[in-house]
Amino acid sequence: MLKVDNLHVYYGGIHALKGISLKVDRGDFVSLVGANGAGKSTTLRTIVGLVKAKEGRVEFEGEDITNKPTHEIVSRGVLLTPEGRRIFPNLTVRENLMLGAYIRKDKADIAADLEKVYDLFPRLKERQNQKGGTLSGGEQQMLAIGRALMGRPKLLALDEPSLGLAPLLVKEVFEVLKEINERDGTTILLVEQNAYAALKLAKQAYVLETGRIVLEGTGEELLVNPQVRQAYLGVSS
Amino acid sequence: MSIEIFIQQLLNGISLGSLYSLIAIGYTMVYGILALINFAHGDIFMIGAYIAFFAVAIYALPWWLAAILTIILTACVGMLIERVAYRPLRDEPRISLLITAVGVAFFIENLAIVTLGARPKGFPVPAMMATNFDIYGFRISGVSIWVPILTICLLAGLLYIIYRTKIGMAMRAVAKDIEATRLMGVNVDRVIMYTFAIGSGLAAAGGMMWASKYPQIQPLMGMYPGWKAFTAAVVGGIGNITGAMIGGLIIGVVEIMTVAFFPTLSGFRDAFVFAILIIFLLVKPTGLMGEPLKEKV
Ligand SMILES: Nc1ncnc2c1ncn2[C@@H]1O[C@H](COP(=O)(O)OP(=O)(O)O)[C@@H](O)[C@H]1O
Ligand SMILES: [Mg+2]
Repeated sequence: MLKVDNLHVYYGGIHALKGISLKVDRGDFVSLVGANGAGKSTTLRTIVGLVKAKEGRVEFEGEDITNKPTHEIVSRGVLLTPEGRRIFPNLTVRENLMLGAYIRKDKADIAADLEKVYDLFPRLKERQNQKGGTLSGGEQQMLAIGRALMGRPKLLALDEPSLGLAPLLVKEVFEVLKEINERDGTTILLVEQNAYAALKLAKQAYVLETGRIVLEGTGEELLVNPQVRQAYLGVSS
Repeated sequence: MSIEIFIQQLLNGISLGSLYSLIAIGYTMVYGILALINFAHGDIFMIGAYIAFFAVAIYALPWWLAAILTIILTACVGMLIERVAYRPLRDEPRISLLITAVGVAFFIENLAIVTLGARPKGFPVPAMMATNFDIYGFRISGVSIWVPILTICLLAGLLYIIYRTKIGMAMRAVAKDIEATRLMGVNVDRVIMYTFAIGSGLAAAGGMMWASKYPQIQPLMGMYPGWKAFTAAVVGGIGNITGAMIGGLIIGVVEIMTVAFFPTLSGFRDAFVFAILIIFLLVKPTGLMGEPLKEKV
């Protein structure tokens, strides 16, 4: 479904991605883990066209989407929940969700999906007329995920959805992602520093280090990989 | 001062203030999204007045048609300026954009002087505006009645667009976070273009009404109203639409009342408004309703 091939990205003189290649199959749950500054966010941002690739290719459903305008990529069904959530604080919760459905025209289906999101996150329904900025961190993360779901993603990419959340909420977020993937069949590409949870959920996973993919395998394989255990799971073997 | 004169002056101030509000909205909406002071905005207001002049005085169109046409054409001019002058510089430092805006203003003003002539032209005031009212024995000019009414209708339409439509929602989102708005699949370039269109259309409406109130038009007619409307936007809190509406009214009423109460100071009426601008910039740069200023283009 998504194929990234030999991606190179520069920020001025900084060579942030040095030939990233990865693959996401339909219905898959793929995790991308790695330390701070490894290039995880840059990878996601390049896929959705917010950052331009100097070299390499991004292919979605067999078509080249490299460096296309973001709104075109999003219209094809690739949605990103960015790092730091980035909900619109000046819009109500409901407006935030409706903006997530901006690319869609099917009014009745949008209304039905809104109810679905409210079922998934009942607290959002309670607060639907409140400004997004008044929500707690956890609620904002729910809103960010709900907002992406309103766009009916074929591929949902999430950049550190657990960042800054209390442990109980982190668990809730990961459960929701699992549900979206298993029940709705939404393909997920998850970026996390919380490597344990991300690898546990993942069918396929990649480990990034300073702009390169250094390891790949199934989630299970990487969870027991001694290198991963030492560097990312804090287990000394 | 008699009560009649006071009421006349108050209405005069309100109608002048309405016009400042209409122009101020264009400044404030563009600033809200791009953090750009569109110095050419006063000249767009002038273009509106000239388009209406040509439509009515030269092509003899009926006023209703001329007004609609003027708003549409001026909106297109606004979009053209954005597309040609500002969009290519959007990722450059803000100062380049500001300097370009000053350049666009000079360009339009000089182009207008060369092509239209510097001599003022008499504006064909619509009959509706020229008819005076007699209310409880008070004589009130048509302009003083119609300008606020038409302004209220336009502003109601604007608020409807901003708060009740999809594109309005996108405009509010872009003003907060351009990148996150892109991630919603919104074509942000188009939203910015519509913002210029709306601001310019309102300025055109303002230009036509201004020319009905002061029926002489000339290529530099947009300068002072533009600066005062900008002051209104700052007073209201730049970036804030409701603030621009209120700021416009305040500036208009203060300006007229200064002249009415202190006729000896009437030579300072413009200086007085700019003193307000400077005071606000120094003491309360966020204006009456504004949020903290943001650093972005
Ligand atoms: N906007 C930017 N300008 C310059 N350098 C950046 C920018 N964003 C990220 N970088 C650099 O690119 C590298 C990868 O960053 P990032 O993709 O954010 O990593 P991660 O998400 O894995 O923490 C880091 O060295 C970071 O400092
Ligand atoms: Mg990151």
